[in-house]
Amino acid sequence: MSENILRMEDVTMQFGGVVAVNNLSLEVNQGEIVALIGPNGAGKTTAFNCITGVYEPTNGRVSFQGEAMVENYPQGKMAKSYAGENQGKYTQKLAPTPDAITRRGIARTFQNIRLFSALSVFDNVLIAKHMRAKQNFLSATFRLNKAEEKRMREESMALLEEQGLAHLKDEVAGSLPYGLQRRLEIARALATSPKLLLLDEPAAGMNPQETQELTDFIKQIRKEYDLTVFMIEHHMDLVMQISDRIYVLDFGRLIAQGTPAEVQSNQRVIDAYLGVADDAEN
Amino acid sequence: MLQQTKSKKGTFLALILTAALLVLTIVLENTLDPNTNIMLFTTLKKGAVYALVAVSMNLLNGFTGLFSLGQAGFMLLGAYTYAILTIPVADRASVYYIYNGSAVNFSLPDLFGGADTVPGLILGVLIALILAGCVAAAVAWLIGLPVLRLKSDYLAIATLGFGEIVRAIFQWDALGPVTNGANALKNFPTFSSFNITNESGQVVLRLSTFVAFLIAAVCIAIIVMLINSSYGRAFKAIREDEIAAEAMGINLAKHKRLSFCISSFFAGVGGAMFAMFANQAQAKTFTTAMTYEILLIVVIGGIGSVSGSCIASFLYVAASEWWLRFLDAETTIGTFKVPFLRNGFRMVVFSIIIMIVVLFFRRGLMGDKELFDLFRARRKKKEAAK
Amino acid sequence: MQYAVSILLSGVSLGGQYALIAIGYTMVYGILRLINFAHGDVFMVAGLIMVYLSASLPLPVAVPLMILLTVVLGFLIERAAYKPLRSAPRMSVMISAIGVSYLLQNTATYVTGGLPQMYPSLPVLSENITIFGTSTKVVTVVTPFLVVALVVALTQLINHTKVGMAMRAVAKDFETSQLMGIKINSVISVTFIIGSLLAAVGSMLYFTNYPSIVPLSGALPGLRAFVAAVFGGIGSIPGAVVGAFLIGICESIIKGSPWSIFSDAFTFALLIVILVVKPTGLFGEKVTDKV
Repeated sequence: MSENILRMEDVTMQFGGVVAVNNLSLEVNQGEIVALIGPNGAGKTTAFNCITGVYEPTNGRVSFQGEAMVENYPQGKMAKSYAGENQGKYTQKLAPTPDAITRRGIARTFQNIRLFSALSVFDNVLIAKHMRAKQNFLSATFRLNKAEEKRMREESMALLEEQGLAHLKDEVAGSLPYGLQRRLEIARALATSPKLLLLDEPAAGMNPQETQELTDFIKQIRKEYDLTVFMIEHHMDLVMQISDRIYVLDFGRLIAQGTPAEVQSNQRVIDAYLGVADDAEN
Repeated sequence: MLQQTKSKKGTFLALILTAALLVLTIVLENTLDPNTNIMLFTTLKKGAVYALVAVSMNLLNGFTGLFSLGQAGFMLLGAYTYAILTIPVADRASVYYIYNGSAVNFSLPDLFGGADTVPGLILGVLIALILAGCVAAAVAWLIGLPVLRLKSDYLAIATLGFGEIVRAIFQWDALGPVTNGANALKNFPTFSSFNITNESGQVVLRLSTFVAFLIAAVCIAIIVMLINSSYGRAFKAIREDEIAAEAMGINLAKHKRLSFCISSFFAGVGGAMFAMFANQAQAKTFTTAMTYEILLIVVIGGIGSVSGSCIASFLYVAASEWWLRFLDAETTIGTFKVPFLRNGFRMVVFSIIIMIVVLFFRRGLMGDKELFDLFRARRKKKEAAK
Repeated sequence: MQYAVSILLSGVSLGGQYALIAIGYTMVYGILRLINFAHGDVFMVAGLIMVYLSASLPLPVAVPLMILLTVVLGFLIERAAYKPLRSAPRMSVMISAIGVSYLLQNTATYVTGGLPQMYPSLPVLSENITIFGTSTKVVTVVTPFLVVALVVALTQLINHTKVGMAMRAVAKDFETSQLMGIKINSVISVTFIIGSLLAAVGSMLYFTNYPSIVPLSGALPGLRAFVAAVFGGIGSIPGAVVGAFLIGICESIIKGSPWSIFSDAFTFALLIVILVVKPTGLFGEKVTDKV
């Protein structure tokens, strides 16, 4: 029985001549909190986009719960201009759309919050319930699904209550303060009933106290919803405190991995973050 | 829970309002002299037709965020489908005289006993209307496949082109036995066919405006129910942020196409109603200018507001067909000749008004609010004042 | 043979006229990402202005004055109808463009009383000549050369002057160029001025081939020119010109065939096919959304 819930193998993403993610392989095990860190422009969000189907990777495979979910190999023009490794190792193309991946049980948040900002807080969460509903447009229009609609509403309401957002349910999502918008975005992702939650810089723009609250919040939702969490984050306090394991990315390549303590003392990581002195290179 | 009781109240209010409106049309039509008030009834009927088409466009442009300009094309499909299916077999030779009769030799009302019997008229027209919508929706399904992948203004221009293509095809001589070429189709059941007459042919109960309102109201009610359903929420999510919607598990291609087909279905029904209103169906009336007219109604009413579209369509039709008519007539008061007033001035004034709305009242009459929201907001304010 | 020559000649000439309109579309789109629906109507108004001016003024005065008035019209439209909507959603600006188009058409109907107006016959341009045994108007032959000359001049302007550089910068990145101190409003005005100027010249060439103008005369050439711009890759001037010549030749071939009623339908079908198969057109640049 494979324990890992998410597995990336040799994932490479090339835009034109730029290799944004280079031969990235990593695993996230059931129930873990894993962080992906690295300097700006290291390719972290691109890696997330390859997992969630926003981009088709140029080469490599992403498996979810032991099953190949996304897979690709350089084709057409790209076959010639491919600058990555492991060409020829993968031979099939699996490119599900982002919604199909969400339906499998991977939910995500975005670096620059993407709420349905003109809709109410309640509707934001309710929309996430749509994909699991069995109704078709006719039964939905003619209200032949009252029980299901009721269940969706109750579940959404319950979720908002658990996240402490219930009193804001009729507010317009875009008018919430920043911290609450982040929290709502996580609540909305939880509403899709995910097994794996991808968080893209959840603490961006938060002060130390808010960050601490977020740390507790992530721990709490992992327990309550039996989740695995994979996140990109810059706040080292948060990362070191919460992560079971850490992967470090620089210029698209994995340069280190291990427990927080191991990563903290890794020379390559320190170099990547602080820069290498000029004379050291020569 | 609170949400549900609120929306129930809203539904109830809307139902009462609609019922009152329908009763009012019957009363008006049977108390006012139709010959002296011809403009009023024309406005009401055309307004009802345009309200339906505007709401169907709003479903796409305002609620799903797809800027499509193919409305006239889908109306044309609906109008022709309706006309071809309902012209009585006996009249076909005279309507299609250029092409020596029609290639389609059955008529829906005739199948149910003829257009002058009650079941023939009601069933025939009803089925023809639904089929008109279905034909439009089927074509929308086909062209939606490639076209809906396009982004905002490209989608607009591609659907605009689609409308022009449809118009050219329906005017093609080779299809004459079916479409009557560039000539009008007529003699099919219209709104006036629903007026109840006695044996001597005198009208005892006028129902023509009522029928127009009834069909439009039922269709708009269905659209509103769709918008308030889980699918409507998914459409709004796509409008707000396609990428986030996809990340919430909403299949973009499927939902966009669904919205496009449903919108086209009702545009098709609207087109059929337009033919009933105009007493004829002719390809050359369904021009791009007609799509623009409907788009402007949607904008004036407020993109994303169903009640706004309805109110705006009556205002628009009333203003352009009726209230501003005087601007087209050369007028002299005593010896003073009022300047500017002559043929065409009405439309100039009208387009200036539209530009003012577009530039300075960008949210239109209602913004994205509904009539009911306004009442609620006022009540809230009152409560707060207390 | 003679028939083929005449079809080709009229196609090339028509293409040249479309090219002059298409440049206006493509430049405005390149900078504002706006389909200027009113552009075809500006073209029509230019024709009407010519009709009225030539009735009372000698041609050497009327022609420059017509061009000037058209340019002023284009400038005013941008200032009045598009500039206030600079930060509004794209859909609003497009609706405003449709509104302007509606206004121009209705005003033209009012002024002309809805009657077709005779286009003045211009000396030299309207005269007949015979090439390869085909009789045609001088304008047919002059058009392609004039178009090429104007396009070369325009390319020089864009590639070698300061304002041209500003235009390229604004087309590339609206906000950044604003931050770099480029006065985007004047750049946009210049774009509309150039577009209207070319439309004015185009209208002179186009309407010489037709006996009269009606208020709707601008709509179809406008749409065809837009299709040409998309075909060539919207935002690209050489693309627009190549696209326009191709569209012109296709149209002239179809008009000469038994399928003539489908000439517009063909243009639009072509548009849809291009948009679906290669939305960037022949020379357009690919843009990707960032997540």
